[in-house]
Amino acid sequence: MKPRGNFWSKLAHGFAPSIMEGDSCQIGYTESRGVSIQIENLNKSFGGNHVLRDVSLNIEPGETFSIIGPSGTGKSVLLKHIVKLEKADSGRILINGQDINEEQQDEPHDFRYSMVFQSSALFNSLTIGENVGLWLREKQICGEIRIRRIIREKLRLVGLDNKEDMRTEELSGGMKKRVAIARSLAMNPDLILYDEPTAELDPVTSDELARVIMELKREVNLTTIIVSHDLNFALYLSDRVAMMHDGQLVAIGTPEEIKQSQNPLVRKFIYTTTKGIQGERE
Amino acid sequence: MRVFNIIGGKLLNVAQGLGEMLALLCETVYYFKEAPRNLTSIFRQMSVIGIGTLPIAMLVALFVGMVLSVQTGSELALYGTQEAIGAIVGMSMVKELGPVMTSLLVAGRIGSAMAAEVGAMQVYEEIDALKTLEISPVRYLAMPRLIACLLVVPALVVFSIIVGVIGGGVVADINPRIDVPFTVYYDNMIRALGYKEILQGLLKAMVFGGIIANVGCYIGFKTSGGARGIGESTTRSVVLSFLLIMVANYLLTRIML
Repeated sequence: MKPRGNFWSKLAHGFAPSIMEGDSCQIGYTESRGVSIQIENLNKSFGGNHVLRDVSLNIEPGETFSIIGPSGTGKSVLLKHIVKLEKADSGRILINGQDINEEQQDEPHDFRYSMVFQSSALFNSLTIGENVGLWLREKQICGEIRIRRIIREKLRLVGLDNKEDMRTEELSGGMKKRVAIARSLAMNPDLILYDEPTAELDPVTSDELARVIMELKREVNLTTIIVSHDLNFALYLSDRVAMMHDGQLVAIGTPEEIKQSQNPLVRKFIYTTTKGIQGERE
Repeated sequence: MRVFNIIGGKLLNVAQGLGEMLALLCETVYYFKEAPRNLTSIFRQMSVIGIGTLPIAMLVALFVGMVLSVQTGSELALYGTQEAIGAIVGMSMVKELGPVMTSLLVAGRIGSAMAAEVGAMQVYEEIDALKTLEISPVRYLAMPRLIACLLVVPALVVFSIIVGVIGGGVVADINPRIDVPFTVYYDNMIRALGYKEILQGLLKAMVFGGIIANVGCYIGFKTSGGARGIGESTTRSVVLSFLLIMVANYLLTRIML
């Protein structure tokens, strides 16, 4: 497909060389490949509030790992540490054996990560296609023709074919989440993190989203971390699940192991999210 | 002792805020080299600031020029020196009223909108999203706004000065107490104004434009606490911009005397 008028295209996306008509990408723009994550004795306090207490965790390459637990237990804060939006007071996070906070000039990290935010965090001033292609254009990763192809491809992966010209305000909550996923996928990330993906979604839309993530799990080789208080969603999608309580990991296991857990905190969480409020028990 | 603690704490907060604003300004200027990549964003900001503010800026300037002319002209007429009105209105509009009035208007209209927009992006995780996409929020958001303000505020000031001077001239001509013909008013003004005065006015406008963008973005980036936080940021950006514009105006006037 021939790009729109050269001048207008450049004006819209900048006069940088990367947007010259081209079909190639930078050498570093490789396909996703799952990474391993090691979290060692992570601690974080906000003032007097100790949010993360000695959190340690291992996640295997290509694994889909969910962190569940009630609100305010430090799940999202842990996620923000992995994408370097927060800095730990002590402890470290290793991705593929490299400490994420110790990047050296001569040896940059060879992994990419991306996060799907609770609010989707789409940019209102941009169309869906521009949102998805933002990283590619801003970082001058590929030529414009290729970028447009990648945008179409990533939107197709999340079930939004031919929607690239729509505005974000025209989208439903579920569609926004899917665009946010497509925007993350445009980076070909090795690690993708979802912060409360089903928050503010109705059960039907949550189910659609679960199917999209499941599809990605099959089609793309990446490590996935999901933070959610939606137990069914986490159990359905994950290879392993961890439960957080009061800044600590109180249980880790496969979905089956979590369902069978005798840990009272896990039992209570499962009971309240599947059967009803705690008060009904008495 | 407690009073000293409170005063000391406030002073430290002010110093920290000014330091952070200066750091943001330096980082924003550093990204000027990448302006060609963000031309669309720069043009969009220029259009928002310029086209949106021009009518109200010209209207305000018109009445400021007219009031200046009628007040000063009436007083000068008592001593028979009303012909100097052209020089007085011209100098006042070019060196002080044009840049200051227009900048205060832009600070109220655009600075607050910048703080609200960037603040909303901060609250709704869009800034975090930019960071995870490895895009500097300063380059993507602050740099286009600063460049747009540096270019558009002086342009708005030029229009304001022209309209204000014309308003003053018309009043001087038609007001029977002043009764200075427009040609006399104009000749006096041209004699009084040199390139130096015009450049001083434009330099002030540019500095004030920089203050407006820097304060708006800084307050936006520091926003927290949902809708209420966004509202507070809007107010804070206007108050801080007004204050800094006044301080900068005094300092610039003192330096350029």
